[in-house]
Amino acid sequence: MPDGASPVLDVRGLKTVFKTRGGEIHAVNSVSFHLRPGELLGVVGESGSGKSVTMMSLIGLLPSPPAEVRGGEVLLGGRDLLKLAPRDLQAVRGAKVGFVFQDPMTSLNPVFTVGNQIMEPLMKHMGMTKAQATNRAAELLDLVGIPDARKRLKSYPHQFSGGMRQRVMIAIALACDPDVLIADEPTTALDVTIQAQIIELVKDLRQKLGMAIVWITHDLGVIAGIADRVMVMYGGQVVEQAPVKELFANPRHPYTRALLKTVPALTGARAARLEVIQGQPPILQGEPVACPFRARCAHALPRCEAENPARRAIDGLPVGHGHDVACHWSPEAAHA
Amino acid sequence: MPEPLVKVRDLKMHFPIHAGILRRKVGAVKAVDGVSFDIFEGETLGLVGESGCGKSTVGRALLRLYEPTSGSVVIGGEDIATLAPDALRKKRPTMQMVFQDPQASLNPRMTVAAIIGEPLDEHTDWDEAKKTERVYELMDQVGLNRRFANRYPHEFSGGQRQRIGIARALALNPRFIVCDEPIAALDVSIQAQVVNLLEDLQDRLGLTYLFISHDLSMVRHIADRVAVMYLGQIAELSPRDALYAAPLHPYAQALLSAVPEADPAVEATRQRIILKGDVPSPANPPKGCNFCTRCPKVIPLCREEKPRLSEVQPGRFVACHLVAANQDTAGGHASPGPEVREHNQQGELS
Repeated sequence: MPDGASPVLDVRGLKTVFKTRGGEIHAVNSVSFHLRPGELLGVVGESGSGKSVTMMSLIGLLPSPPAEVRGGEVLLGGRDLLKLAPRDLQAVRGAKVGFVFQDPMTSLNPVFTVGNQIMEPLMKHMGMTKAQATNRAAELLDLVGIPDARKRLKSYPHQFSGGMRQRVMIAIALACDPDVLIADEPTTALDVTIQAQIIELVKDLRQKLGMAIVWITHDLGVIAGIADRVMVMYGGQVVEQAPVKELFANPRHPYTRALLKTVPALTGARAARLEVIQGQPPILQGEPVACPFRARCAHALPRCEAENPARRAIDGLPVGHGHDVACHWSPEAAHA
Repeated sequence: MPEPLVKVRDLKMHFPIHAGILRRKVGAVKAVDGVSFDIFEGETLGLVGESGCGKSTVGRALLRLYEPTSGSVVIGGEDIATLAPDALRKKRPTMQMVFQDPQASLNPRMTVAAIIGEPLDEHTDWDEAKKTERVYELMDQVGLNRRFANRYPHEFSGGQRQRIGIARALALNPRFIVCDEPIAALDVSIQAQVVNLLEDLQDRLGLTYLFISHDLSMVRHIADRVAVMYLGQIAELSPRDALYAAPLHPYAQALLSAVPEADPAVEATRQRIILKGDVPSPANPPKGCNFCTRCPKVIPLCREEKPRLSEVQPGRFVACHLVAANQDTAGGHASPGPEVREHNQQGELS
């Protein structure tokens, strides 16, 4: 991944708020990240951390109301997606940005054939004729490893297994040769042996097609095997960001450190007892004024209550380019 | 060797398929097709496998939440599978279940106290004060605040709801608990809390668990012995450390190699066995070994003859022609018990 290359996607200070009867929920708070060409960015976090809402905000997939994207910039190919008219945004979705969702059963339309659903973006965004689109759709199914592709175009989603359906979803997302593929927990609903198949497929497709990918997951194991860079989210914020090896070798944020310890290993020494992160994830009511992790943090300082920490680089590189963390505490200070 | 607390022999659970106007029976989904294992007092048997392999059905059939098609389930000396309704009801307090989805398994219209106390209403003739005292005691045991006794399930988080489900299962002092994917619906940071609670309770109350899960890392943490299921049958049943160090059945090998590890250095060098295709339908399992359609090491014999689950090393049971071929299995069917009884979790937890 060339470090100097200009990013394909650049998100700055994104803020998304849900308006509910009980008040405003600040689901995404000043999230900034970028994606370089051909890079795979892993986004880790538990439910409610804002990882999916961030990605859906980017391309206007959240229903408004209750959601409101309140600030920030999303630059894709020099344009700010947040300023685009709905029509133009629709042209971006599907053509420039592909999306793969968690559950392949609910994201495919059960009453249309798979071929129909792959051909739709091809005819809509690429102006293909039906015959051209059919050929391309068969190519795509073949690309994602579905045997007998041309015949299978006539099948309906229920005639495929879970793993095959996810392959179809990937084929649809890739149909218009997007610059960015956003995969939101694409393997969470799948069994491990099928997950391994899909991960192999994505690795293979990256080599063939070279698109940039955002891969959202809560599974640190999946991230370790596939990502170039990792962004850890908690309470609607980016709490840590680093290249994958660096993050696993040298985690800085207390949440990341705890998360890595709470997952039992498959090999090596077996811990007598699992490390626990006490308490519950926060409810993001109101403007964030304190660190969202403070209540569960083993290293919380008085300052954490008073001031929401900003992301700071720990390796001299600009924030977002090397290893950065949003935390007042530092491991060195603790040992000094 | 002590008598096992739970002894399952050739358990079958077939669900009929009806079709046509007359809803005639045209076949059966063989969800569980001849499963045998033992669980010893105080141990945790992990039951792993992918969705549809029949692991949850085994758990439910064990407690006779389903009527098993055939086979026996002896718990504490009595065959649950054939017990008369009255006797079964009397037996229920000794065997309980913790369900996967705490949202769906708790009645939203009942308070926490009513949910946890319901087994007491059913099975004891205690007065209200005694029941309330017991409910409080249970809430303390699972780490729920007594002040929340009159709240409703929706006011709790997923992890807390699972604690309610555990408290309910403990109400009648059971000896044996089937934990059916108890952490699958929980966030990573909450899973460890619930697993630690289950371990503490086991230590304190001497419980015996069947821990059903698809999370192989977590099963390695909690189980003493592990059974790997595939398509309604046990492929391998081994002591935990032996299984994770060197799985013998080709399916167990593929399954373990597919689990991602949270370590980029390990991941970069790992050789994965990628299985081709999908699991066949349990309504129409393949002839011979049920894994023969996907097995990377398949030989002609596999398509002809079904391998038996047999003890290939002390304490290790494998259903595979390739593994059995090197071994003398003339000993007949030894009971699938643990290799060393002393090698148990109590010692390792401290």
